[in-house]
Amino acid sequence: MSEIDYGRITRDGLWSNNPATVQILGLCPLLAVTGTVVNGMGLGLATLGVLTASNLLVSLIRNTITETVRLPVFVMIIAALVTLTEMIMQAYTFELYQILGIFIPLIVTNCTILGRAESFAARNPVLPALVDGFMMGTGFLVVLVLLGGMRELIGQGTLFADMDLLFGPVAADWQIKVVENYRGFLFAVLPPGAFIGLGLIIAGKNLIDGRIEAARQRHRAPVEQGTKRVRTTGKVG
Amino acid sequence: MSLILGPAPHTMQQGDTGAFMRQVVYATGPGLAVLTWIFGWGTLINVLWAVIVAVAVEALVLTMRGRDVRFFLSDWSVVVTGLLLGLSLPPTSPWWLTLVGVAFAVIVAKHLYGGLGMNPFNPAMVGYALLLVSFPVAMTAWIAPFDVPTFSESVALFLGQASPDAFSGATPLDTFRTWAGDAQALAGHDILHGRIAGRGWEWVNAAFLLGGLYLLARRIINWHIPAGFLAGLALPALAFWLVDDVRYADPLFHLFGGGTMLGAFFIATDPVSAATSNQGRLIYGALIGVLIWVIRSFGGYPDAVAFAVLLMNLAAPTLDYYTRPRTYGHDKPDRGIG
Repeated sequence: MSEIDYGRITRDGLWSNNPATVQILGLCPLLAVTGTVVNGMGLGLATLGVLTASNLLVSLIRNTITETVRLPVFVMIIAALVTLTEMIMQAYTFELYQILGIFIPLIVTNCTILGRAESFAARNPVLPALVDGFMMGTGFLVVLVLLGGMRELIGQGTLFADMDLLFGPVAADWQIKVVENYRGFLFAVLPPGAFIGLGLIIAGKNLIDGRIEAARQRHRAPVEQGTKRVRTTGKVG
Repeated sequence: MSLILGPAPHTMQQGDTGAFMRQVVYATGPGLAVLTWIFGWGTLINVLWAVIVAVAVEALVLTMRGRDVRFFLSDWSVVVTGLLLGLSLPPTSPWWLTLVGVAFAVIVAKHLYGGLGMNPFNPAMVGYALLLVSFPVAMTAWIAPFDVPTFSESVALFLGQASPDAFSGATPLDTFRTWAGDAQALAGHDILHGRIAGRGWEWVNAAFLLGGLYLLARRIINWHIPAGFLAGLALPALAFWLVDDVRYADPLFHLFGGGTMLGAFFIATDPVSAATSNQGRLIYGALIGVLIWVIRSFGGYPDAVAFAVLLMNLAAPTLDYYTRPRTYGHDKPDRGIG
């Protein structure tokens, strides 16, 4: 077993293997609830909690469950954690719980969570699994908040509206009215706005990756020029 | 006259996209003139502004994509996109409405997919659907026919300084939707009883029909899509109208109401997003017609050309797959059906 590289786990979760923009997993909640920052953040935090805890638990029991029953066991663990999260949200952020509605129980079916349990937590020790769950969850959360921000800004002309649903009365005046007397752009709030928004985020990420790759190419040693012939067979002498 | 023939192909027309697109622009002339006559300067202002925005946005995107701006602008396709969207918008539209629709059509519906020839959806209709979904009030603010605002009023509406509420009135399609099933109310609304169909709109559609026939005569479009479209709309309308003429509008009312003729000859015939085999084109047109009738009769929106065309754009590749003509010397391939 190779050395566990926490930097790599972090980079994977946040950027190079981001669940939302690279694996394109968990699209149902991603597209459905990101109408505002607070909705995106609420669901993102719930998913982050479930993902971290499920990675931890799956990693703990990875040596005691057999190959054949692992999937039912993972699903049971995830379902239990989601039920717990749902109850916590019902208790502390009741209005947000009502807004997110069916999408909280649906976290159970979020492929990211089962995917990380199966492909990482079940094969790695506890601490790396915990870090992986946290980083993947954070990567997902960031995209949810970003998409929620884009759609809220374009759709309603505000940012951070109704944050008190998540953070209590302290956050009641966090709302920023970016555009005064905004007419509202319903399209961004409706599902098609989410698809196009996510597409733009993925395109932006690919653009940045392309720039980084291009910069790396420039710094690499230049290819030797001056070979007289191109040989297609055998070894170049 | 020279009697010497060169080798084939003996083509008389220049095959460049710009020439075809310019013919489409000319063919909208009668429709644009009649719209201006019945609804005032608003339509003309819309069209001019839409074309200006379309060309500017296209030039901007082409520059950003590193393409030859002059070469790609010379295909006139973006002028047609702006023109068709401008013609579809209500004459009370403020400048920002047109701007948002045209910019979305050119940037998202056209260039994000790779530019002319690559877009699966008709850009003008994507822009229209976006606006209809986002700004339903502004998008249904049509003026009552012949109740023409003055030029300065039209300019004020365009600049957003006047509210369209003072001018807007229900279209024949709106009126019929509202009163369908009530024979007395239907008889009492003058707007439903023009010479051949809804007042005002009958002449708009007749003018677009004229332009469409010109396109057919110049062989810019084939007859399959418009014929399928009009038959697909008229036949269910006829059948249901014969059963219950209070609940369902008559076929002529459908054919000469709303955006029917503009849709049949100018929008559904977009060569990029339509089906390409002749049989496929017939089915494509017919299903657009049927969808328009269904949405007009049972749906939530008064007119349906944009939604019907977009839905069938989605189906066009499948239609092409199943209606591919038999290659000479080969059996027709078995594709499961047909």
